[in-house]
Amino acid sequence: MTLLDSFPPPQVATLRTPEAPVVGSTLEARRVSAWFGSRKVLERASLTMEAQRVTALIGPSGCGKSTFLRTLNRMHENIPDAQFGGEVLLDGQDIYDGDLGLTEVRLMIGMVFQKPNPFPSMSIAGNVLSGLKLSGRKVADREVLVEKSLRRAGLWGEVKDRLNASGASLSGGQQQRLCIARALAMEPKILLMDEPCSALDPISTRVIEGTILELAPTITIVIVTHNMQQAQRVSNQCAFFNVERIGEPGRLVESGPTAKIFGNPDDQRTDDYVNGRFG
Amino acid sequence: MTMVDGSDPFLASLTTVEMPIVDDPSRDQPRKSPSFRASGVVEAVGSMVSAAVLGYVVCRFFSWGGLMGPGLVTAALFVGIFSTVIRESSGAEAAADRVAHVLILVLALTAVLPLVAMVSFVTLKGLAAFRLGFFVQDMAKVGPLDKGGGALHAIIGSLEQVGIASLVAVPLALLSAVYLNEMKGKMAKYVRFMVDAMSGVPSVVAGLFIYAAWVVGLHQGPSGFAASLALIVLMLPTITRTSEEVLRTISDSLREASLALGAPQWRTVLGVVLPTARSGIITATLLGVARAVGETAPMILTTRGSSRTNTNPFQDQQGDLPLFIYQLLRQPNQAQVDRAFTGAFILLLLVGLLFTLARLAGTSRRK
Repeated sequence: MTLLDSFPPPQVATLRTPEAPVVGSTLEARRVSAWFGSRKVLERASLTMEAQRVTALIGPSGCGKSTFLRTLNRMHENIPDAQFGGEVLLDGQDIYDGDLGLTEVRLMIGMVFQKPNPFPSMSIAGNVLSGLKLSGRKVADREVLVEKSLRRAGLWGEVKDRLNASGASLSGGQQQRLCIARALAMEPKILLMDEPCSALDPISTRVIEGTILELAPTITIVIVTHNMQQAQRVSNQCAFFNVERIGEPGRLVESGPTAKIFGNPDDQRTDDYVNGRFG
Repeated sequence: MTMVDGSDPFLASLTTVEMPIVDDPSRDQPRKSPSFRASGVVEAVGSMVSAAVLGYVVCRFFSWGGLMGPGLVTAALFVGIFSTVIRESSGAEAAADRVAHVLILVLALTAVLPLVAMVSFVTLKGLAAFRLGFFVQDMAKVGPLDKGGGALHAIIGSLEQVGIASLVAVPLALLSAVYLNEMKGKMAKYVRFMVDAMSGVPSVVAGLFIYAAWVVGLHQGPSGFAASLALIVLMLPTITRTSEEVLRTISDSLREASLALGAPQWRTVLGVVLPTARSGIITATLLGVARAVGETAPMILTTRGSSRTNTNPFQDQQGDLPLFIYQLLRQPNQAQVDRAFTGAFILLLLVGLLFTLARLAGTSRRK
């Protein structure tokens, strides 16, 4: 919270009462199915991701949780032969119905990937601003935006003296936070994170978890993770995906408050998974 | 150390062991790992000497003369002796490793040898007739036995012909590579097939095609531009395929990152893929230009050469360096042959300069 206090809240929030700022958006997936070619990998997953909440998607490999995440900002359709069924509503508006362009959807719903992927041809500052450049937008004050985004991602202190160094010169954990800063510079309403810490050491992981917790009050976060402890540390609600047998599509088994999913889940499979009895 | 009072001899001995270790970071020195051991050198040199001696004896015995036979015999003997020696000292694994090491070294040197020989031969021969005047004079009024003359007309011609060809071929080739690897359009399969087929076209056929279609067919007559057209045919497939290979090495995760930021595909290509691939694309371009700048056969058919300076590439015959070399080298006259070698030397310089400039452009710019 300390970092956030040093910043004016985003413009949306200034119109509201400072006591209870409601920012971020609600993302609602309805009966989402996904195919690769004729193979169905995800079947009728419905989940509401509340504003200002961190939602963790957990489950064994191949259960469709990453695919589900990628349907939420239409990255799924980049894969050849990929197909999609169902609806994804951003504050009530279907992002697949064509009223919102692909570019607009992705501007509002940012994404951080499993492997840190800063652009090697750009500097640190250039990476932060790359989203604006790549989506053809102008920004009034570059330096302010660079500093603000890097601060929100918890990277400012480490790189403020070498903003013109190559993005590839950073360590893995720093690169990942640079990627978070790059996504945040677009002021997205939703931030999707696909196993953002799986390639990082425990200390970098902790730093990024801290970043997630600090961001949570201003943005809706959906995070895929294989790390049960991480899901418990950072998320408010949790969704468990599972695949019953090889060749069957993944399904959403159960979702609810994180404490309930880990403490007293309704479904036996969830109980087995979170307690390490399979998977 | 506080608990050690000196009374217990065992503990006292422990402290004396620890005490001399002075932890002083300023005394740290980087160590060089040894690149070779003295025994290794002795083994290699000894094997070489014995192989040479044995080889000499064997060749005298069978009275094999020349360079090739004894050389091969000595090399074979060396491999046998060397591997036996190493096997005795370090075992079979080490022997295989060392023999492979030496063989690779020798083969690598053999591969570089012709290049070094060619460059130094051309440089030596070229410097013989080299004058600074060579850059500012042409051959228009130089008779076979005259002194002086130069390659100005050929240098201008080469720069213009290759320059025009590059201006057309490089953007086209890059667009083709982007189409093949980024857009992956429906026609990609056929385009790739055509490009592959084109890269197999002998340069003389490209020249003949332009001769038939442009010089004679369209009554355009010989010109530097006709030569450029032939060079475009030759450069397009080379640059397209090498650029495509370079684009293929760019990780998809970068494209995904760009698309996830809301970038349309064309901005992803221009803003992320091409800048990331820049140095590779420059290399690809250089390979294409390097292939073009030395082409002789298509030039004979398209621009036909000239001994006077013609700065207009669109009209009349024009000289260029490969033709300069080719035509003068066939003269029965030492002065002309010397000029040809100087021309070859200048061609080498030109290519070297081009490569250096392109490398600088490829590495220096960093935002």
